[in-house]
Amino acid sequence: MLSIDFSKTHFELFGLKPSFQIDAERLDQTYREIQTQVHPDKFAHLGDQERRMSMQWATYANEAYQVLKNPLSRARYLLHLHGVDTQEERNTAMPADFLMEQMEWREAIMEAKEAQDVDDMEALYHRLRGEVRAQHDELGRLLDEQADYQAASGLVRKLKFMEKLGEEIDNALELMEA
Amino acid sequence: MALLQIAEPGMSAAPHQHRLAVGIDLGTTNSLVATVRSGLAVVLNDENGRSLLPSVVRYTSDSVEVGFPAQQVQAVDPQNTIVSVKRFMGRGLSDIADAGHLPYRFVDEPGMVQIKTVAGVKSPVEISAEILKVLRHRAEKSLGGELVGAVITVPAYFDDAQRQATKDAARLAGLNVLRLLNEPTAAAVAYGLDNGAEGVYAVFDLGGGTFDISILKLSRGVFEVLATNGDSALGGDDFDHRIYCWILEQAGLSGLNHQDTRLLLTHARAAKEALTEHPETRITAVLSSGEMVDLTLSSEIFTDITQSLVKKTLNPTKKALRDAGLSVEEVKGVVMVGGSTRMPIIQQSVGQFFGQEPLNNLDPDKVVALGAAIQANVLAGNRGEDDWLLLDVIPLSLGLETMGGLTEKVIPRNSTIPVARAQEFTTYKDGQTAMSIHVVQGERELVSDCRSLAKFELRGIPPMVAGAARIRVTFQVDADGLLSVTAREQSTGVESSVTVKPSYGLSDEQITQMLQASHEHAKDDMLARALQEARVEGGRLIEAVEAALHEDGHLLKTGEGEAIAAKIALLRTAIAGEDHRRVTQMLESLNHATESFAARRMDASVNKALTGHKLEELEN
Repeated sequence: MLSIDFSKTHFELFGLKPSFQIDAERLDQTYREIQTQVHPDKFAHLGDQERRMSMQWATYANEAYQVLKNPLSRARYLLHLHGVDTQEERNTAMPADFLMEQMEWREAIMEAKEAQDVDDMEALYHRLRGEVRAQHDELGRLLDEQADYQAASGLVRKLKFMEKLGEEIDNALELMEA
Repeated sequence: MALLQIAEPGMSAAPHQHRLAVGIDLGTTNSLVATVRSGLAVVLNDENGRSLLPSVVRYTSDSVEVGFPAQQVQAVDPQNTIVSVKRFMGRGLSDIADAGHLPYRFVDEPGMVQIKTVAGVKSPVEISAEILKVLRHRAEKSLGGELVGAVITVPAYFDDAQRQATKDAARLAGLNVLRLLNEPTAAAVAYGLDNGAEGVYAVFDLGGGTFDISILKLSRGVFEVLATNGDSALGGDDFDHRIYCWILEQAGLSGLNHQDTRLLLTHARAAKEALTEHPETRITAVLSSGEMVDLTLSSEIFTDITQSLVKKTLNPTKKALRDAGLSVEEVKGVVMVGGSTRMPIIQQSVGQFFGQEPLNNLDPDKVVALGAAIQANVLAGNRGEDDWLLLDVIPLSLGLETMGGLTEKVIPRNSTIPVARAQEFTTYKDGQTAMSIHVVQGERELVSDCRSLAKFELRGIPPMVAGAARIRVTFQVDADGLLSVTAREQSTGVESSVTVKPSYGLSDEQITQMLQASHEHAKDDMLARALQEARVEGGRLIEAVEAALHEDGHLLKTGEGEAIAAKIALLRTAIAGEDHRRVTQMLESLNHATESFAARRMDASVNKALTGHKLEELEN
């Protein structure tokens, strides 16, 4: 009954080509246009059916938008469309040099935490953001140019670790500021 | 009720009857009601021309006083005169940090605290409803008719329990809640539409008892909240309290009675307000013992004793910016909202933090109510010329308790609403047939550090080995920011669901009972009201369906138009009758008949939004 066509991919919903590099502006714009049509605020004065449907549509558009907007989830989704499971929960075998780097990051965060050094922590935050961005570029090459999905999958797992680092820094900053 | 205007088939529909809708700012210190009249948002005044209604409620043995009369006697009858009740909404006694300093007789009920008054034990929901009732009557008198509904504003940082309590209060006051709207978002609407603003804006909203910071992106009529943060227990009251403590210290006072406490708090507030205009102010008061207080408070001392409070506003501001992924330089303007932003110390520190002069061109007391009125006007179906859209977020992460008392986040904070997310869990013991689902809200890792929203059980899971059952828990947050949770065992389809009425939320039956118990709603009145409401709703539906048929008649399938017309006729007959259940029944039946037509319309409009893009795509 529901008129959402779930066989459509999120890329199709927003009229985009299925690739990692996307026209972010167009994603934003189409998302807003869809919400302008389906958002519950537009249906508040109508019947139950319409209100329910609008809620489902708006929820769906929000979900699809979030998946595509965030680079990590976009890569994960793209790999899923190519039939590749990123195995983030199960596959934790990481290259030794990467694990080494992770240890160094954690030590740096611990040190800043113990020293209660907000500036240091913020510097770590910006450095991490820079590194994550560089990895996103690499992800784009692997997915869009080389179609090397196994390597891309490995990089997604790495980025997941880095995302966790980001959360740790975030939490530490919150506690230090409080 | 007003007669419905029905257009001749084929003719363009007559301009719709203007539906009466209001926006209500239910504030900690003051409350206001506003509406859109002839396309312009205006605050509605009382018969004495005053727009603010002090959020003060006094109970006597046989009456309830709200607003100025209650405020005047607060020092005389502090136990029965409740000020700043908003601070207690959806809160337990242990949540109220300064409970010991307050003159009330608190009753520690599980979940939400209650207050013992001369008129009996009252819940914060009932007390707030008294304020809302006065505003509702003011609006109905001033607009000359019954309201279709109201948009009630809440602090953006209110959690689910506080939002639910606010909605319950509105319903108890006989209001149809069109939407709960976040206060800073309401302010952004009023400001943005007024100034044609585009770009990233911060709304800094410091009220009497709550603080919110929201970062919004305004672009071509879309108001998109990127991140929000705040403190739902920080506001002007805390600044008053610091002055009060300073007075006690300076005058060497202790163990004051309730009257004197209230008296000095009132003086503290007056002193704070005086410092907005003057570098220093004198505080003189005579206590009930005859003792004199005579002190001079300077801006420097005030700055000194409230510094930590100011810092408490800047930390959430930093967090919100970080969540939005933005730096201070990317913020184009800072809109100041809430009476407490008048304090020079706040103006200075906000200006310093953002490196720019804050925007003060809207009345900080009224801007929230005005924004809510604009939103209410749209939600009621009075469409304005310019189309705009609000995309808001949830302020706090929602999650579940997992093994070891840890929180598993299901929906992260700052997710755009409406939002739904599902997560799968499994059993941890062989043969486990029930699972307890504990829903929490907050950012911390330990469940004990988060707010508990609800607990419910999924029973009837078929016995399996540990880890074999697959239980899918779905969270759905609606456009009011309210959560409902469903749990379902995947292999058998055993299901259990709960709309998160926090353990202390009022059930629908309780609200009905309370409505029945109040003087205003005798039993006959209840029936009359139910009929009246059903009629209004039925009328609205007919109008909506006819407008839809008029716009998109070409989407009808053979025979469908006739079937719908027949249901409309039945509903119209029911509306003319006296049985509210019949009206509701026919209303549902019309809803059902239009189901697939509505789906096709939705499809068509989404396709319309996408058409332009599909063409572009082909060119690539």
